[in-house]
Amino acid sequence: MSATTDPAAVPTTPTRYFRLRDLPIIPTTILVTVVFVAVFADFLAPHDPQVGSLTSRFLPPFWQAGGVMTHPFGTDHLGRDVLSRLIFGARVSLVVGFTAVLVAGAIGTTMGIISGYLGGWVDQVVMRLTDTWLALPALAFAIFLAAIVGPSEMNIVIILGAVYWTRYARVVRGEVLSLKEREFVRLAIVAGCSKWTIMRRHILPNVINSAIVLATLMLGIVIVTEASLSFLGVGVPPPKPAWGVMLSDGKQGLMVGYWWLTVMPGFCIMLLVLASNLMGDWLRVKLDPQLRQL
Amino acid sequence: MKHYIARRAGYSLLSLILLSLTIFLFIRLTGDPTALLTEPGASEEDIAAIQAKFGLDQPLWIQYGVFMGSLLRGDLGDSFYYQTPVLDLYLSRLPNSLILAVSAMAFSLLLGIPSGILAAVKVGKFWDNAGKLFALLGLSLPSFLVGLLMILLFSVYLEWLPSSGSGGILHLLMPAFALGWYFAAAHMRLTRSSMLEVMGSEYIKLARLKGLSETGVIAKHAFKNALIPVVTLAGINLINMINVAVVVETVFAWPGIGRLLYEGVSFRDFPVVQGVVLIGGAMIVVVNLLVDIIYAIIDPRIRLEK
Repeated sequence: MSATTDPAAVPTTPTRYFRLRDLPIIPTTILVTVVFVAVFADFLAPHDPQVGSLTSRFLPPFWQAGGVMTHPFGTDHLGRDVLSRLIFGARVSLVVGFTAVLVAGAIGTTMGIISGYLGGWVDQVVMRLTDTWLALPALAFAIFLAAIVGPSEMNIVIILGAVYWTRYARVVRGEVLSLKEREFVRLAIVAGCSKWTIMRRHILPNVINSAIVLATLMLGIVIVTEASLSFLGVGVPPPKPAWGVMLSDGKQGLMVGYWWLTVMPGFCIMLLVLASNLMGDWLRVKLDPQLRQL
Repeated sequence: MKHYIARRAGYSLLSLILLSLTIFLFIRLTGDPTALLTEPGASEEDIAAIQAKFGLDQPLWIQYGVFMGSLLRGDLGDSFYYQTPVLDLYLSRLPNSLILAVSAMAFSLLLGIPSGILAAVKVGKFWDNAGKLFALLGLSLPSFLVGLLMILLFSVYLEWLPSSGSGGILHLLMPAFALGWYFAAAHMRLTRSSMLEVMGSEYIKLARLKGLSETGVIAKHAFKNALIPVVTLAGINLINMINVAVVVETVFAWPGIGRLLYEGVSFRDFPVVQGVVLIGGAMIVVVNLLVDIIYAIIDPRIRLEK
């Protein structure tokens, strides 16, 4: 985080939060790179990630004996190019990660606002449900749901959304409880706004910051969960090049020392999760001082 | 006090009911329950028997009654693959899971508490930053990745440790480390913040004023008080460990609950999957209740608040 030397020079408008040079270098670089790779995967990948040739199975990376430059990071048990699979895997991770966080955020924020603002029995029901779902072991619950609906990218997004919305609901509800005592909400009531208008126009914009911070912090967790599910065979279905699937495939070659099949996708997962966590921490401090102790 | 405990117990009971209802509804509303509750390729009679047992043609609320009835009798159904009751299967795997969880916990505390204290005592200095880095890595390296990398290093290249299965203490080392790694980071963070809070308190100032050495202050006064939240978290995490161990147990072929869940998914053995999730959730609800009650006994402020 770069410190601003002269406090008087800081404008008080909200735009100051988004000055580019204030962004933390390491996580921004990693995230931008991963997004770039995911978007332009079709142009960047040297080979088709799902088609291999059985004559070139288990080729090591180019710097090891037996490696070739056409497959710089080697090939897997079906002779598929590891680099191409990593590149397309970035797309899977990001698409699943972002949409799952959005789905969870949409459900959780809505539930949190309704629960906090309406209060009464609605609040009781939502909060009991939240407590119960928080009690469920997240990964086991996700596996259970995946076992029912079957593996697909779409289902993974819905499952992750269904498992993780409760965290948003908790935080957002807490904020709404204090917001609804504020002057502008009371004035809106006096002005004759309906409950739905108040929730949508006056409460929602005020909790969206916290929801965004939480979403960034959740991104890492969601990506790890997706990778774990894929690793266990209940996530993204196999021919697709997800990093978790690659790790699962790579297990076959692990004991004979085909390290690149494990280390490469593992390193990608670690980098992406590290970047999301760092970014989340930074945003938390920057956007929302109230969430600092989270 | 009694009032407080009764209310907490009531909430927990409600949570348990909601838990069973959630599991029950998800099975019935997301597809054909007959397909999930009968073996793949089951005969017509088997399917009819299952439909009769759970009353799958009856209205939902009667089905739920039947479902709860068998749950209360401890009947979680039979495993398709092992042909034994799920509960027996669960209990036979539980000791292995407990061994793994306790070792992982021991490791995470041995690493987390001292490093947390060190970070708090040297706040802002080198060790504090090293601790922050460690906590960040702990949260960013998924346990299965740690496990796989350890297998690569210690089993494949160095050939020091067995890569899978259970048996002696050597089999336990890597799974315990992989599982405890994430929790070590969490315990370190909590120890650090808890220590910082205690170090700023009045009685620490008094201990210093009466001339106690800094080591004495930390060891005798600060450490014990800072440990309370950490021990609470560790207690809850022990249960969490049993439930999140699924990936680590799969990587190391450790025959615990997590491995059972994985087998349940790969063999399409639905009663096992359902049983593991139900028991796991119930355990967490009960442990949370116990923690609340113990807290209320220790700390009168909690039981008096509305």
